[in-house]
This record gives sequence, structure tokens and C-alpha cells, in this order.
Amino acid sequence: MTEYAIILISTIWVNNFVLVKFLGLCPFMGVSRKLETAMGMALATTFVLTLSSVCSYLVNEYILAPLDLVYLRTIMFILVIAVVVQFTEMVVHKTSPLLYNVLGIFLPLITTNCAVLGVALLNVQEQHGFLQSAFYGFGASMGFSLVLVLFAGLRERIAVTDVPDVFQGNAIALITAGIMSLAFMGFVGLVN
Amino acid sequence: MSILIAVVTLSVIAALFGLLLGYASIKFRVEGDPVVEKIDALLPQTQCGQCSFPGCRPYAEAIASGEAPINLCPPGGETTMLALADLLGVEPVALDDEHDTEPTKTVVVIDEQTCIGCTLCIQACPVDAILGAAKQMHTVIADECTGCNLCIPPCPVDCIHITPVKVEPDTWRWPLPEQNFAAPRA
Repeated sequence: MTEYAIILISTIWVNNFVLVKFLGLCPFMGVSRKLETAMGMALATTFVLTLSSVCSYLVNEYILAPLDLVYLRTIMFILVIAVVVQFTEMVVHKTSPLLYNVLGIFLPLITTNCAVLGVALLNVQEQHGFLQSAFYGFGASMGFSLVLVLFAGLRERIAVTDVPDVFQGNAIALITAGIMSLAFMGFVGLVN
Repeated sequence: MSILIAVVTLSVIAALFGLLLGYASIKFRVEGDPVVEKIDALLPQTQCGQCSFPGCRPYAEAIASGEAPINLCPPGGETTMLALADLLGVEPVALDDEHDTEPTKTVVVIDEQTCIGCTLCIQACPVDAILGAAKQMHTVIADECTGCNLCIPPCPVDCIHITPVKVEPDTWRWPLPEQNFAAPRA
């Protein structure tokens, strides 16, 4: 049990995907203008990351490894993730219009997110088992969500402050992200 | 040999996924709101965005949910508005000024059979686009006519008619820049 707790703590704070590993930066900058959209994106990412890390583990373990085709990992993972996301989108659209309204527009966006592929590949690299993969994906997305929501909150505040002309817009956002990243460096060494 | 396995595996899996998605798109097909469909069918599908929605379908959805009035469609004009009012059982509303049809360029044409050659229209024309002399048949130089219609009221026999100009490659002009002059300060 502690093992899974450690995976979660590690992925959320210590090895945060956005601020420490610098993956998934485009949604981090792109959808963080409003707290509301950031939350939608965070939810959708949590969903997709967990699902895709489980699926890619299964594909790697039961299709690629027995056939000795591990070098096809990248293309295979892209294929699997894209299909799974697309399929889920259709099912959600049919079964739950409410959920679709919340996640709908974000789901296809995340498919091409480097964090998603990154988690799948890192799972293989770290030789995680099934549950470990699931927790790793979930933790990574929780870390992403945490940072995205925090950052969106910061940006909403920044939007109404008196920022010097040269720093306005994305410049101040990037500086803020850098400072957040520095802050997260403080967790280094907490767990591995 | 191993490359063959790789190719076959990838193709088979891709084909399976393709089938799965194809099946899912039929099985999980979502029927749109039938009212939206009907409204959408009445709209002109020019996707011009003049209603401030990003296309005809979003506008149809907005009408269906009661967020938008039915009189925002300039290309559809009054006909569409009346059809929508009929479909939805609401009172027809006059087209919004802002969303009224863009004025098409018109010129006037003199019905030469009726013209009595009174020269009143020649005097009224600000751009000297009417040619003629007293007791002689008049005619309009279409290229010069600005469509101001000032010549119509003075005509005693009502022989001047407004006709729209068809835009052809020869007559097409770049649109004039929008003029947003601030109101003169008092």
C-alpha cells in the first residue's frame, strides 16, 4: 500500500509532470486563462491519462512484449491512446450528455498531448506493473490538475493587476510558471 | 521475418481499432435535437456568422434553447424569419436594423417608352449621369449612376425604375474601408 502512496506523492509533487518534467506545457499555457476551463481540462486529463496508461500497459505487456516488438511502442501507444479517447468520447456523448458538456471539447485535445504519451512511455521505462501503471497515470494527472488549477487561479489574479507593459500577457505567465517550477523544486528529495 | 510480424501486427491492430470505431460511431450515434434540425434546415446555410454565432447550426441551437431571437439572419431575410416564426409558433419580429440585408447596389433605368423628355431628372441628378435634351428621350449612364434615386421624385410620369446591379467580375470593387470617425466634439 505504501508503494502506491509513494507513487502518488512522487508524481503529484516531486516529479510533477508539468513543473519538473516539463511535459504537457501547451495545455498548461493554453487553457489556464480561466479557472473554469482549467478545471474541465484537469478533469478530462485525469480521465484520459489514467485510462491510457492502463491501456498502454496492457498493449505493451500482452501484445508487444510477447511478439518482441517493443520498438513499435511509440506508434502503438499513439494508436491505442487515440482510439481509446475517441471511443470514450463517443460513449460519453451517447450515455451522459452532462459529462459530455463538461469534458467534450477537451477530450480530443488531450489525445495529442505529450504528457499522455510521456506517461505511457515512462511506465514502460520504469517497468511498472498493472496497478502501478494505473496509479502512476492517475498521480501524474492529479499533479497536472493541481498545477493547472493553481496556475489558472494565479493568472486570473494577474489579469487584473498592473503588469508592466513589457511583461504583459504570456510573458508574465511564463515567469509565473517559472517561479512555480522553482517552488516545486523544493519537494525534490522527499521521495524518489 | 520479424519485420513482417511487425507490419502484420500493426496492420491487424489498426484494422481492429478502425472497425471498433466504425462500429461505435453507428452504435453510439447521437440523434441531435429534432427542433434544432428543423431550425437548421430553414436557415440559409451560408455560415456567414452575421448573427454573431459561428455558423448556422450554432444559431439554430441558440434559437432552440431560447437564447437568440429569430430575426438575426440577414441572408435569410424576412422569409426565413417568417418561416422560423411559423415553425416555433412565435410572433414574427421585424429584422434587426443591424442585421438587415446589406443594401445592394442599385442604379436607375429610364423606361424610354414612357419618358416625355421633361429634363427634370437631369436637373436632379447630382452626378450628371442622365443624358438627354428637352423633348428628347433620356437615358441613364449606368456606369455613372450612384443609385441615389434623387431623380425619381421629380419625374412626372414615373418612368424611372430602380434595378439592382448584378455583381460581375468587371463590376466588382474592393469594399470600402469601414469609416469609424469619432463624432465631432462640440
